[in-house]
Amino acid sequence: MKFSRFFLTLAVAAVSLTSCKKDKDVAPAVGELDIEMDHVVGSSSLVLNATTPNYTTPSGDHFSVTTLRYYVSNIRLRKSDGTEYVQPESYYLVDAARSDSKTLVLKNVPTGDYTGITFTIGVDAARNTSGVQQGALAPSDMFWGWTTGYVFLKLEGKSPEAPSGGFAYHVGGFEGTNSALRTVSPALPTGVNILVRTDHTPEVHMKVDALKILTGPTTVRFATFEAPHMPGPAAAKLADNYAAGMFRVDHVHAN
Amino acid sequence: MKRSPLVLLAAGLAALLVAGCQTDDSTAPDAGVPGSVLPANFPPPVYGLEQNPPTKEGFALGRALFYDPRLSRDGTISCGSCHQQFAAFSHAGHTVSHGLDGLLGTRNAPALQNLRWEREFLWDGGSRHIETMPVAPLTNPVEMGETLDNVVRKLNADPQYQRQFAQVFGSKPIDSYQLLRALAQFTAALTSANSRYDHYVRHEGGGTLSAAETRGLTLLTQKCTPCHGTDLFTDHSYRNNGLDSAFPADSGRAHITQQATDRGKFKVPSLRNVARTAPYMHDGRFQTLEQVLDHYDHGVAASPTLDPLLQPTSGRRGIALSAQERSDLVAFLHTLTDEQFLRDARLAERP
Repeated sequence: MKFSRFFLTLAVAAVSLTSCKKDKDVAPAVGELDIEMDHVVGSSSLVLNATTPNYTTPSGDHFSVTTLRYYVSNIRLRKSDGTEYVQPESYYLVDAARSDSKTLVLKNVPTGDYTGITFTIGVDAARNTSGVQQGALAPSDMFWGWTTGYVFLKLEGKSPEAPSGGFAYHVGGFEGTNSALRTVSPALPTGVNILVRTDHTPEVHMKVDALKILTGPTTVRFATFEAPHMPGPAAAKLADNYAAGMFRVDHVHAN
Repeated sequence: MKRSPLVLLAAGLAALLVAGCQTDDSTAPDAGVPGSVLPANFPPPVYGLEQNPPTKEGFALGRALFYDPRLSRDGTISCGSCHQQFAAFSHAGHTVSHGLDGLLGTRNAPALQNLRWEREFLWDGGSRHIETMPVAPLTNPVEMGETLDNVVRKLNADPQYQRQFAQVFGSKPIDSYQLLRALAQFTAALTSANSRYDHYVRHEGGGTLSAAETRGLTLLTQKCTPCHGTDLFTDHSYRNNGLDSAFPADSGRAHITQQATDRGKFKVPSLRNVARTAPYMHDGRFQTLEQVLDHYDHGVAASPTLDPLLQPTSGRRGIALSAQERSDLVAFLHTLTDEQFLRDARLAERP
């Protein structure tokens, strides 16, 4: 009977489609990619909380580091044909004092040969203003209460050249002329691609140089640089500094 | 018109097809929870009911947190310490509030009401979401002086909170997301829309205004809007209303925007329950409504960012108000007192 066949077809369609599951047959093959943050100061490894200043800036200022924390977000991977994989829910809070935070694990990356990587240092404007978040974006001391917004990067430490003996640079701000949002695309070593496969996980080793926060377009002297604790010109200058070379891809393990 | 049952069935299945792919977190708002019905005379809310659907359990948890002094560092100050229900959740009689160790803040605790309709919070608009707003007082050293991590630790150590949070959120442990979502269940519920004025404007029983009150309403719409416009009685803007000629102690909105053009601008407060929220202005400098109206009549100070509405191209600064007009305005402002809101046992510390 014509009518009942139509009814049956509709019923089958309704039941099979309401489950909302992605069709497994057409799901793309995916793999994992790890990005390891190796913190350095110039040519030295980053050692936190040294009792005496263990680093020197090119200008001759001496310092030690007590805190280095920053957000990495909106990671995109690029193929040679220009197509991009944009990682959803891509937010990481890296803390130099927490080893488990230093490896960014990207799961469900479509398999392929990637030739470029792009990410934001900080948290995009939308997530700054859309209510309480979870995971890496859970409110913490990387979220300002008196004004809305995430602290994108914190560098704190001690220096005999600082008037108070210490410095605390907090960079944030996501709108207007004082926006400190910076997006970077550290180049891969010549001839190296990131090969994501279902059965092996490439590792991108990033050298993250804290000295680049203090050097670059603006030379930071602890005696005179106004410590930013709010969105403003000083924070933007530090952001320009670290966007210019803090992140460098050292090598890629194919694994 | 005859319709085959099969056609109806088919239509039903087709509807199922459409409905099947919608997310299923739309818990229906519980009409028994305060603030879960939006007033007919209000504009659409900023924080819609669907964003954090009111539930009885969520609301009760938010209320418990709001009144719990353990949220402060030394266990002495709750949100409710500086936001008292009988004063429309402002701090009665305090120019500025005292927090931990008797330390004083720098601004007057604003009334908490109709926050669902607010796009920005605090006198300077620094806070941009009702959910993250409590981070400011919780972590301010002269208010509650805590860290979110510590508050969460204390909550996780309390069996009663463990039960209540699990009931609302299902998952453990308690985290800052759960804390702030639960607090928003309470703060978003603080709807004040049952004053005599509301009954009047909605043509409901008991909605009568006296001759003086009616004259006051007319004056208000002539002289106090757009700043105190709409039935929320604020346009949510930031304005310099001529309190001072310079603002060295508190730059107001400029503290957030870093713009010189915002110096001395503060958020326009709602006039709802204004007869109960003394003292007035961001620093609580005026004790009575009469003093406020005197200020607008003859106290407005000149400064580069003074609001243009208070600086006419000709004539004197401010808003000219005769003694009769001031008296009529005050009469009207009293009709904005919402006794039901101020006494609603469900909003009280011990319901």
